[in-house]
Amino acid sequence: MDLLIKNGFVYDPINGINGERMDIAIRNNKIVESVIEKNSKIIDATGLTVFPGGVDIHTHIAGSEVNTGRLVRPEDHEKDFVRKTSVTRSGVGYSIPSTFTTGYRYSLMGYTTVMNPSMAALEAKHTHEELNDIPMLDKATYPLLGDWWLVLETIQKGDLEECARYVAWMLEITKGYAIKIVNPGGLESWGFGRNVHSIDDQIPNFGITPRDIMCGLAKVNKMLNLPHTIHLHTNNLGVPGNYETTLDTMKCLESIPSNGKPVVHITHLQFSSFAGEDWGSFRSGAAEIAGYINNHNHVSCDMGQIIFTDTTTMTADGPFEYTLYQLSGHKWVNSDVETETSGGIIPFHYKRKNPVNAIQWSIGLELALLIKNPWKVFMTTDHPNAGPFTAYPKILAWLASKKARMATFKRLHKKAQKKSILPSIDRELSLYDIAIVTRAGQAKALNLKEKGHLGVGADADVAIFDLNPEKVDIANKFRTFRRAFTNTAYTIKGGKILAKDGEILQQAEGKTIWLDMQTKKEIEISEEIKKKFREYWTVEYENYPVSEHYIKNSSPIKIKADV
Amino acid sequence: MFNVIILTPIKKTQYPIIAQCISPDVFQEKTLEQINNLPIWIGNKRRILSDLFKIEKTTENSPSIIINGDVSQVRRIGWGMTQGEIVVNGNAGMHLGKKMSGGKIVVNGNAEGWAGSEMKGGLLEIKGDAGDYLGSPYRGSTIGMRKGKIVVHGNVGSDAAVHMKSGLIKIHGNSGPFMGFRMTGGVIHIQKDAGTRLGACMTGGKIVVSGVLEDMLPTFAIEFIKGKVKIELGDKAIGPFFVFLGDLAENGRGKLFISKEKNPQLSQYERFL
Repeated sequence: MDLLIKNGFVYDPINGINGERMDIAIRNNKIVESVIEKNSKIIDATGLTVFPGGVDIHTHIAGSEVNTGRLVRPEDHEKDFVRKTSVTRSGVGYSIPSTFTTGYRYSLMGYTTVMNPSMAALEAKHTHEELNDIPMLDKATYPLLGDWWLVLETIQKGDLEECARYVAWMLEITKGYAIKIVNPGGLESWGFGRNVHSIDDQIPNFGITPRDIMCGLAKVNKMLNLPHTIHLHTNNLGVPGNYETTLDTMKCLESIPSNGKPVVHITHLQFSSFAGEDWGSFRSGAAEIAGYINNHNHVSCDMGQIIFTDTTTMTADGPFEYTLYQLSGHKWVNSDVETETSGGIIPFHYKRKNPVNAIQWSIGLELALLIKNPWKVFMTTDHPNAGPFTAYPKILAWLASKKARMATFKRLHKKAQKKSILPSIDRELSLYDIAIVTRAGQAKALNLKEKGHLGVGADADVAIFDLNPEKVDIANKFRTFRRAFTNTAYTIKGGKILAKDGEILQQAEGKTIWLDMQTKKEIEISEEIKKKFREYWTVEYENYPVSEHYIKNSSPIKIKADV
Repeated sequence: MFNVIILTPIKKTQYPIIAQCISPDVFQEKTLEQINNLPIWIGNKRRILSDLFKIEKTTENSPSIIINGDVSQVRRIGWGMTQGEIVVNGNAGMHLGKKMSGGKIVVNGNAEGWAGSEMKGGLLEIKGDAGDYLGSPYRGSTIGMRKGKIVVHGNVGSDAAVHMKSGLIKIHGNSGPFMGFRMTGGVIHIQKDAGTRLGACMTGGKIVVSGVLEDMLPTFAIEFIKGKVKIELGDKAIGPFFVFLGDLAENGRGKLFISKEKNPQLSQYERFL
């Protein structure tokens, strides 16, 4: 049946609609010009806010590291569990929710599309099996390619075309969406118990530097015409003084021709914007980073905002997790995934009264507020590294209301309060900006043409919030705003009403988006490479690829590459 | 002021019962009818409190909840209580007084596992034996007992006082293995014998054993011999005690006080003094 959302305040930044009262018509999971009113189900959205369905650019929801995280933290599940209902399945939370719960909770907040970063190619089958199990959401995943041996070897040879063909092959066989680079060079070094400390350090056995990897893969990204840019987790992440490395990283990618479009997405930028010499003199480097990003157009980023809670950090950056272990002494997991990447998991409790954590909290918000163009910085927590995604409404309140952030600010460690420049920032995001940082900007950065907007032809993904922008001043009444964004009035995905007033009405399957790469010259997997698989990988070449039948609802995007 | 509520179990079930509502904080200012209708779980079925107990109300001053009979199937009695008193005249089930931060629970019988788990204050007294995981957190959690006092007149099972941070545990009987695993503070006094791996991975706090220690971990080093040791205000354990420092595998500074008289097998350590 057709669906008509009547009379809501519509925020659709991609089409430049800012709070106009409009009707949205939906037919067969797409948004259309109009429908016949008497034949359709009508949702009366008078006095409600209508957003496109949310898009999350970076959230660890599936894969081997997430699953190991679940195993490591029984206590995390004990405090937060959900019983089954007649519609939904049972599950557990908190920082690493089980697959079904992940889907429900995202859907209740109005999200419809999420991106799972960091998938080691060896774990691709596992990741896709888990993504299949996450309902209510459209998903995609980024394979980790920054420290993959074939990439390192071809970059070492200087043959970018061959590298591009390998990357295309890899994206297709792992059913990935973008090139993810984590601590380039550092992960290969971690296999030998070492790390790289600047973008010009040598990588053992390859004789190339992180700079070569990043520039090489950015060029490869261009050659392959990939929809997203390279998705980068910088070197030296989580080390005081690393904002200089981040600036170097951004500068080294300046020279890539971009036509004014971004060439790199720096993810969880908060962790890469630390200044100071050590943890004692730790301070924010957000002003320098934001200054650079304001003057250049080749970078987009997301926040990685800290939430003061008990969470679980998990990243492919093994050496960084080792640093965290040394700081906290908590139980931990660490691994070196053969020839591809590494990984680590450690529970972490971010505390208000810890000066470092308090400054980190401030850095995330400073970045989001000091970067003037909301199309360049998106809202994430790098779930679950800096906090679970269920805390998004809190962050939105901090962004939209100075009153809200000062209320939290007053409860921080005194030393952190003195060091922070947050009280001097008066900027408050409007609902239009909020729609950009949670949906439109992310969809645009990912180049998902049918997501993040409500124009004709877009997927019928709509989130309706119980908030009247004419009556409620969100900067003042931040609690009302936060409550409205915690549970949607309606979440509509693919033309189906999935959630209403904080309750799941029906369970729906989402699709998995991946890139069907079409290169001019087919990549030939030579006997030599197959021999390498036999020597260095634990799986045979024949068992390596993920075939399409693994994916429940496959949605390939055809990409024509230049090589 | 509380009215006294008397609960008498009226039937036995085959399934475990979860009755988080049996707590003075919940009963406070509720009428008898409201208390009757408090929700509990029997297996996977939702029931009300009066299905299981005969509930009476009297107006004596203290204690505030009395349970007359065996409730060893009933879990989570006194969950998170902050005040008042519960007396169980019989055996109590698992998770007794979990997360309690005040008040008092007395069990005139035995308690099952996880009694006083993640306790933050108050007093838990068990006249009989306690099960495993006394005062220990849920598996995987590092938040152990943070304050309060547990007294057990009988014996204690394994893995008691895991991750203990502060507070006091007194055991008049014997203790099982892995007592005080990863403890960082607080005091434990075992008046009789202690099991193996006592204080494994401990980094602070003290454990006093007045009886026989089954075996000593090799990662503890003898420091000195002491005549007596303070347990709490007005309570001293009389020795002499061997004082060990450890667990050195964790760079720990926890202290074990082991009775010299009862443990002649440890006299070989004296040559390191």
